Amino acid sequence: MSRRWFAAGLVAALSVTLLFLVLPVVAIFVDTGPVDLLSSLGDEGALEALRLSLVCSGIAVALIVVVGTPAAYFLATRRFRGRSVVVTLIELPLVLPPAVAGIGLLAALGPQGLLGGWLEDAGLQLVLTTAGVIVALTFVSAPFYLRQTQAAFESLDPTWIDASRTLGASEARTFLRIAIPGAGSGIAAGLALAWGRALGEFGATLMFAGSFRGITQTVPLAIYERFSTDFTGALALSAVLVAISAALLMAVKLLSGTAWLGGAAR
Amino acid sequence: MLRVEARARLGALDLDVALETPPGGCLALAGPSGAGKTSILRVVAGLLRPREGRVVCGDEVWLDTARGIDVPPEERRCGYVFQDYALFGHLRAWQNVAYGLRDTPRGERRRRAHELLERFGVGELADARPRTLSGGERQRVALARAVARRPAALLLDEPLAALDPRTRAGAGRELAALLRDAGVPALLVTHDFTEAALLGDRVGIVDRGRVIQAGTAGELAAAPASAFVADFTGATVLTGEAAPGADGLTRVALDGGGSVASVEPGQGRVAVSVYPWEVALDAPEAVPTGSAQNHVVAEVISVTAVGNRIRVGMATPQPLVAEITGPSARELALEPGARVVATWKAAATRVLPL
Repeated sequence: MSRRWFAAGLVAALSVTLLFLVLPVVAIFVDTGPVDLLSSLGDEGALEALRLSLVCSGIAVALIVVVGTPAAYFLATRRFRGRSVVVTLIELPLVLPPAVAGIGLLAALGPQGLLGGWLEDAGLQLVLTTAGVIVALTFVSAPFYLRQTQAAFESLDPTWIDASRTLGASEARTFLRIAIPGAGSGIAAGLALAWGRALGEFGATLMFAGSFRGITQTVPLAIYERFSTDFTGALALSAVLVAISAALLMAVKLLSGTAWLGGAAR
Repeated sequence: MLRVEARARLGALDLDVALETPPGGCLALAGPSGAGKTSILRVVAGLLRPREGRVVCGDEVWLDTARGIDVPPEERRCGYVFQDYALFGHLRAWQNVAYGLRDTPRGERRRRAHELLERFGVGELADARPRTLSGGERQRVALARAVARRPAALLLDEPLAALDPRTRAGAGRELAALLRDAGVPALLVTHDFTEAALLGDRVGIVDRGRVIQAGTAGELAAAPASAFVADFTGATVLTGEAAPGADGLTRVALDGGGSVASVEPGQGRVAVSVYPWEVALDAPEAVPTGSAQNHVVAEVISVTAVGNRIRVGMATPQPLVAEITGPSARELALEPGARVVATWKAAATRVLPL
C-alpha cells in the first residue's frame, strides 16, 4: 500500500514541477496571437535586437568552445595543487547575481578599470559597445559550458586515452580524435546550456554595455524596454525568444544525438 | 628481447620487478588482483612512469630513469590489448583498426584495416560499432587493432576475461597461435593459472608487486617455491608442523588433526601441497592397500562435475580437493556428509616452508 502512495507522490511532485515551469511559457504563447507575433517581427527594432542577440551569443559561444574545451580537458585529465580552487573560481560566475557580474566587468575592463588603460592603449573600447555585449555574454555563460564539458571529459573511459596513445597518437591528436568525439554528447549539452544562458542574458549586459538599439540592445533588453509601454509587443518578442531558444536546444540535442545513434543504426 | 625493470610505489602496492621475454616468447604474468600485473604492462607501454626503471625492447631503450630517457607511449610501438578492449565507441570496427595505421597512406588504410579484420575472422563486421559486438567479436577487433601497427612488443591484459566460457577455449587457442606467429616478445596478464599455462610459454607468478617465481607452467606446478605458488597452480594446500620421521620421510602433523608423509625435507611450520588428481578416495572401512603412504579420513562437503571428472571437496578438517572419475564417484556413493578416506603418495606431497 505504502509503495503505491510513494509512486503517487512521485507523480504528483513531477506534475506540480512541470505545471509550474511550463505555465509561464505556455501563457506567453496563449496571450500572443500569430498576428501579433508576425507584426512584432515586422518591427525594425525587434529585428535588430534579434540579429544582435544571435550574432553576439553566437560569437560568445564560439569563443567559449574554442578556449573552454581545452581548458576543461586540462581540468578533467590533470591533477595539480590548487585544482579545486581553480574549479571553484571558474564556477563562481554561476552564483554571481548578473548585476554583480556587470559591476565586476566594469571594474575590470571599464575605462577606469584594472585593465582599462591597457585596453585603451590597444584601441579597444568595450563599455557601451557590441564587443562589450559579447564580453558580458561570454563571462556569464562560460561556466555552464566549462562545468558540463569537464564532467563529460571526466566520464570518458580513461583506457580510451591510453589506447589512443599506444596506437601512436600524440596527446593533441588523442584530444581531437578521441576525447572530443567521445565526450561529444556531454559537450553538446554544455554548448546548449551556455547558448541558452547567453541568449537570455540581461543584467550584466545592461550594466556593462547598456541598452542602445542596434548596438547593444539584445532581445531581453528590448523586451524590458517595451514592457512599460507596449506589453503586447514585449510578449510577442518574448515568444520569439522562447521559440529560438527551444529550437537551438533541440537542434544541438538532435545533432549530437545523430552523431551517436544515427551512425550506429546505419 | 624485451627487458623490464621497475620499482614504484603505487598506493599501498610496492612494485619491484625485473623480467624479460625473448622475441616470439610469451611471458604470462599470473597472480591475484591488485598484485601489480597491469602496472607492469603500463610501465612497458609508457602509461606509468616508475620511480626507477629500465625498459629495453630489442635495441630500443624506451625507459631509463638513470639516464633520463622516457619515450612517450605513442613512440614505443606496443600493441596493447586492454582488459575491456577499450574500443573507441564513436568509431566503426574498421576505423578502430585504421586508427593506428598512420604510417599507411590514407587511401590504403581502409583496405588494410579490412584485411586485418578478415585475418581475425571478423571481416563482415567492419562497419559495426563496438557496442553492437559480442565479447568475442570485440576481442578480435581489439587484437586486429593492436597488431595493425606491427608492434615491437605485445601487451595483453586479461585478453580472455571478458569472454563467456564457451568462447574462451577457442579464443585461447587462436590467441596462443597468434602469439607464436607474431615473432615479437609478448607479456600477458591473467589471474588464472590455467590460462597462463595455455598462453604463456613461461609463467611468472606475481604477488604484492613482486615476481615470486618464474618458469614453465610445468616447472611451477612440479616445484612451487612457496605455498602461494602451489595454491595458485591449483594444488590443495594444508598447513601443519613438520618433523623428520624415523623412516627418512618427513611427517607433518596437520592443523586440526591428521598426519601426512612427504619425501621432501621439512621442519617446523610448513604447508604441504597435493594436486587434486593425485588424491584417490576409498570407503572409510576399506583396508589400506597399495604403496600410498597418506591416508586421511575426511568428510565430503561438495560433489561437482567438471567436464568428465568429478571434483570432490572435503574437510579433513582442513579443506582438501580430489578429482576422480564419474564411475568411481558412483561406486563410492559420494554425497555431502559421507565419510571417505583420501589417499595419496608421499612422493606427490610437496613440503613448502611457510
